[in-house]
Amino acid sequence: MENLKKTCLHDRHEAMGALMSPFAGWHMPIQYAGIEEEHRAVRGGCGVFDVSHMGEVMVSGADAEAMVNDIFTNDVRDMPDGKILYGMMLREDGGVIDDLLVYKIAADKFLLVINAGNIDKDVDWIRSQAQGRDVVIDDLCDSTAQLAVQGPKASAVMSEVLGIACDSLDFYTFEVHDYEDEKILVSRTGYTGEDGFEVYASPRLIAAMWDRLMDSQCCLPCGLGCRDTLRFEAGLPLYGDELTELTTPLEAGLGMFVKMDKPSFIGKDALARQKAEGLQRKLVGLELLAPGIARHGYQVLDPDGNEIGVITTGYRSITLGKSIALAMIDSRFAPLDTLVQVQIRRKAVPATVIKKRFYQPRYKK
Amino acid sequence: MANTYYLPSHEYARIDGNIAYVGITRYAASQLGNVVYVDMPEEGDDVAFGEEFGAIESVKAASDLFSPVTGAVIQPNLQLIDNPRLVSEDPEAAWIIKVELSAPLDLDKLLTEEQYQALIAQ
Repeated sequence: MENLKKTCLHDRHEAMGALMSPFAGWHMPIQYAGIEEEHRAVRGGCGVFDVSHMGEVMVSGADAEAMVNDIFTNDVRDMPDGKILYGMMLREDGGVIDDLLVYKIAADKFLLVINAGNIDKDVDWIRSQAQGRDVVIDDLCDSTAQLAVQGPKASAVMSEVLGIACDSLDFYTFEVHDYEDEKILVSRTGYTGEDGFEVYASPRLIAAMWDRLMDSQCCLPCGLGCRDTLRFEAGLPLYGDELTELTTPLEAGLGMFVKMDKPSFIGKDALARQKAEGLQRKLVGLELLAPGIARHGYQVLDPDGNEIGVITTGYRSITLGKSIALAMIDSRFAPLDTLVQVQIRRKAVPATVIKKRFYQPRYKK
Repeated sequence: MANTYYLPSHEYARIDGNIAYVGITRYAASQLGNVVYVDMPEEGDDVAFGEEFGAIESVKAASDLFSPVTGAVIQPNLQLIDNPRLVSEDPEAAWIIKVELSAPLDLDKLLTEEQYQALIAQ
C-alpha cells in the first residue's frame, strides 16, 4: 500500500467511507453506496467519478501533428481545434500499447489522455517517438486532476452546481473555460454509455469542484466498480481486459478507429497483413443461457468442449438483468446466435453469441 | 442445542444432530456487498472438509465457498437461485446447503464462535 499513488481526492474518499482498493498503481475508490446504486444513478440521473488517475501528455511543436498521426490509429489531419478522437497506439506488430483520446488544442498542440496503468510505458514510448522531431513532450499526469460527471442530468449538474455552461458542446468536443482564475478543459466525453462531461483542472480546483458537487446532493459519488459495469454494458473496451499488447484493434472490433487510408502509422503493415489473411479471433458478446456469471479469464468452449477462447469481462448486467460477457474467441464461432459454452468452475454453461453493444448508449450527438 | 463452527474463509456450519447448515458469515456478507448469484452443489453431491463446493458472486467478483464439514448435500437452498439477496440480508438464516454428515467434525481445524469473532476483530 505504501507506494500506491493517491489522487487529490484520496482523503475525501476515505473520509466518506468509500471501499478503497489498489487499481493500476493507485489507491482508488471502488464504491461508496454500492456498485448497483451508483450504476443506476448514472443511467438515470447523475454520477461523479474521480478519474484523476488517468494520464495526460501534451505533444506540441511544428511536428506534433505528424508525430501524433504516426503513433495513433485514428487520423488527426484536418481535425478542427476543439475536436477529440478515440484511437489506439500500436506496436509494430499491431498489438495495442494503449487506447487513448487525442484532444486537438491547436494546429501544433495535442493532448493525449492515456490509461493510468500504462502511464510509464506510454510516456517512454511517446518520448522515444519524439526523437529527431520538432516536438516537446510534457508529462502533465501529476499536475492534472480529472472529474467525470456522467448521466442524463450531467449537463444540468455542470451548469447549476459548478456554473459551467457546456450544454452546447457536441459529443467528443471540448472547450477551455476560465474558472476561478484558472484555465480548465471541459469535454463531452465519458466511459459510461451516457451523456456526460470530463473536466481537467488543477488538483486544487478539482477538489473544490468535488466538494461543491457533494454538497449539492444532485449527484452520487461513484467508484471504479460501476465505471466498469457501465462501460461494459455499453460495449466499451478496457485496456488489460479487451485490449492488450497481444490483441490488435481489428480483433477487438475497433476497426472504425483505425484509418487504414492514412499513408502510414505504426502497426499499419501488421494490421494490413492481418486483414488480408483474415482474423483468427474476434471479440464477441455472449449471453449465458443458464445460471452463472462468466468472469475474466474463464475459458470459452465449443459445444463439444474444445477450448475456443477466453472471457475478457463478464457481469450480471445491472441495467439488463442478464448474465452477459465479452469474450475473445475463434472467429469461426463469432457469428451472431452461435452456440458456445463457458467453463464456470465445474460446469460448462451454454451461451449464445450476441451483439457486444449490450446497452445502446445515449450520447448527445 | 445447535453449535456453530467456522472456517477462517468465513463459512459457518450450524450443527443440528447429524445435520449441518452451511452458509457464509454476516462479516463475509458485509464485505461482499450485494450477492447476485450463488453457485451451489446439487442434492446428493458430496462435500469434503476444506474443499470448494460452490461460489458466491457479488457484482464485482466470484468468491469460492469452502466446506466446513464432510458429508452429502441433502438440500441446496433453492430459494437463493431466484433471491440471492437473502444472503446479503440475513446470511445466518440464508444457509446455502444442508449436509448430512458422514465424518466427525474436524474440531482441530474448525473455529469456535469465540475464535472466529477474535479472527474478524483483528
